[in-house]
Amino acid sequence: MPDQIFEYAPAPESRAIVDIAPSYGLFIDGEFREAAGGKVFKTVSPATEEVLSEVAQADGEDVEAAVRAARAAFPGWSGLPGTERAKYIFRIARILQERARELAVLETLDNGKPIRETRDADLPLVAAHFFYYAGWADKLEHAGLGPDPRPLGVAGQVIPWNFPLLMLAWKIAPALATGNTVVLKPAETTPLSALFFADVCRQAGLPRGVVNIITGDGATGAALVAHPDIDKVAFTGSTAVGKAIARTVAGTRKKLTLELGGKGANIVFDDAPVDQAVEGIVNGIYFNQGQVCCAGSRLLVQESVQDELLDALKRRLRTLRVGDPMDKNTDVGAINSAEQLARIEELADSGEAEGAERWSAPCELPGNGYWFAPTLFTGVSQAHRIAREEIFGPVLSVLTFRTPDEAVAKANNTPYGLSAGIWTEKGSRILSMANKLRAGVVWANTFNKFDPTSPFGGYKESGFGREGGRHGLEAYLDVR
Amino acid sequence: MSSASTATASPASAPASALADVTASDAALRRYLHGLPGVDAVGLEARAATLGTRSIKTTAKAYAIDLAISMIDLTTLEGADTPGKVRSLCAKGANPDPSDRTTPQVAAICVYSDMAATAKKALSAGGGSGINVASVATAFPSGRAALSVKLADTREAVAAGADEIDMVIDRGAFLAGDYGKVFEEIQAVKDACRRPGGGEPAHLKVIFENGELSTYDNIRRASWLAMLAGADFIKTSTGKVAVNATLPNTLLMLEAVRDFRAATGTQIGVKPAGGIRTAKDAIRYLVVVNETAGPDWLSPDWFRFGASSLLNDLLMQRQKLKTGRYSGPDYVTVD
Repeated sequence: MPDQIFEYAPAPESRAIVDIAPSYGLFIDGEFREAAGGKVFKTVSPATEEVLSEVAQADGEDVEAAVRAARAAFPGWSGLPGTERAKYIFRIARILQERARELAVLETLDNGKPIRETRDADLPLVAAHFFYYAGWADKLEHAGLGPDPRPLGVAGQVIPWNFPLLMLAWKIAPALATGNTVVLKPAETTPLSALFFADVCRQAGLPRGVVNIITGDGATGAALVAHPDIDKVAFTGSTAVGKAIARTVAGTRKKLTLELGGKGANIVFDDAPVDQAVEGIVNGIYFNQGQVCCAGSRLLVQESVQDELLDALKRRLRTLRVGDPMDKNTDVGAINSAEQLARIEELADSGEAEGAERWSAPCELPGNGYWFAPTLFTGVSQAHRIAREEIFGPVLSVLTFRTPDEAVAKANNTPYGLSAGIWTEKGSRILSMANKLRAGVVWANTFNKFDPTSPFGGYKESGFGREGGRHGLEAYLDVR
Repeated sequence: MSSASTATASPASAPASALADVTASDAALRRYLHGLPGVDAVGLEARAATLGTRSIKTTAKAYAIDLAISMIDLTTLEGADTPGKVRSLCAKGANPDPSDRTTPQVAAICVYSDMAATAKKALSAGGGSGINVASVATAFPSGRAALSVKLADTREAVAAGADEIDMVIDRGAFLAGDYGKVFEEIQAVKDACRRPGGGEPAHLKVIFENGELSTYDNIRRASWLAMLAGADFIKTSTGKVAVNATLPNTLLMLEAVRDFRAATGTQIGVKPAGGIRTAKDAIRYLVVVNETAGPDWLSPDWFRFGASSLLNDLLMQRQKLKTGRYSGPDYVTVD
């Protein structure tokens, strides 16, 4: 027996690489400016509640100015040959790579997610997305979307706080490649990386007005999507807000794509590669504190292997390192906001109240900031709220099934349909399950794997339209 | 894979009784090994890569470096080995850093069987009586010889004072599906590890040569086969083929010993060998041990590195931590 324990000493990433200004304006027509109404709001680090900066609160007048700038820039930008647009986008991608460490630290500070994830997942995917769509810019007529697909015009884009810069990349990269100009509103709690991206655009010499970033709350986003001179609305976020946007846009000429909530089923069969399935379950629900729309938040495990799988899962969860997101060894960071934490707590409490059994990994949570220990519920039935509602937190609901048909029935028995996972060593079962699952993404023997070449999007109340891949171009093109 | 047991660790001496029925016949053994859960290669390698990003600094690094030194089976397995070379290696193992006597000694000196006596003598004469002599045996590295030859090789090494025997499995038999033959051979070698005059039998390390087994499923099967047959340690490789120890294949073997203890109460050690040359590499392995099998395996009794050049890199890193300056190859001894 060891006489000493292998305690990992703190290994904090240095925050010296990022220089956060005390205040930021709106990025409109290539310049930062104060909000017309002069209002500001604070953005805090969810891990410490430290105020990071003050950010302008855009109102209707600012939205008007931003849309006007984007409209003015549209003829010039869409008139460029694809090869020229590609040069700008490739340049943006390279600058993002060069500034990856700075942006990773910034994202971790503003969002609360671990530096290991921003460094190894978010930032590499962000750059990859821009590289990928840069390559399409001069090949649009070969995308299978008609001989001469045309850009739509001005895109109004509203993105969530869970992957601030990555969601920006998913929105802006295809829009620019196809010749659209954009007005993007980042989430209220995570505005900083989008504002740094504005600086990247300036550094890349992107023509003014092609990308405009306006910060603000839900009212700002509502004003943006309602603006009459917007041709395209792209939204990623909650299903409730997505429905409101769909109502706003209904009856207009605006083209709409929505990427909304999910209640993904991660289905583990008795012949699964157990150790890797455990990793996949962990990655499915505890990656990014479970604040992932395509999270595998429902574990459907074949009843015959339930006990051994749960033992292995709990053993693994005991090794998760929860705490300071800036520490390079942290696996699970802070919840993004007090509001989100309250929602997670409320739903977790409902799980207990409705009779499911709660288990949390033993871990010490920091005193300040917003924290929730990785948690799982066993004895969950389809009738429980925690099996139906999106928790958007590190909470796994474990259900069992007996046969493949029952697994399919339970997996599909949700208003959502964004993601699903299948764990089995049997190839034919993977194919037959994937055909029956009504989910936009089906992962086999892996989970939460992303790639810019792969289309992503939902069935049912998880939204419509696809982002990523060749399919992602269509959302930004007039293909009639 | 049932709930983690906290059973006291003890070296395996016989097929674990909890699983006695699975070794009752060739057919039963085969069914059991083929019934083990599969290994998804992509997932296994991704897990190893993630653990490889752990950042081990300051106090943790100092602890890990000393622990790694104490886990080394300092090895020379060359046709050109001479008594002089072996004595020099023994001196190095006993006193790795002449400029710092607080440096821990290595766990063992690993040599061919004909050098075991030389090593034993050099160690007891040179302040290394706490260091074991590990002898490779059983027609190392290919294992291509008659069983009688392999057993004679083993008995010679034990008689020469070897404390540990590193045997190789018959990969040909394994790949041909003749698990029973491999199983019986391990048992026979285990038996040859006993000392005729009594006393603690030599500990048996069973080398799979993962590079030749080739698939992770095979490595998992070989792990269980060897543990069922009475191995005290399971070892990745000989260091003599293209693919030796890797982080993923070591992680996989650590899962096997973890699950074997949970199933039987018997703790088995793991030894990656070949290709581990830097302190950074070694620390990655210790992280994998810590987060896969758990802290119970963080001791030379349960984890070893089969290595030669690794020691000097660990010593240079140790000097750097102590003095704040980088040293160089001239400040560690060449043996």
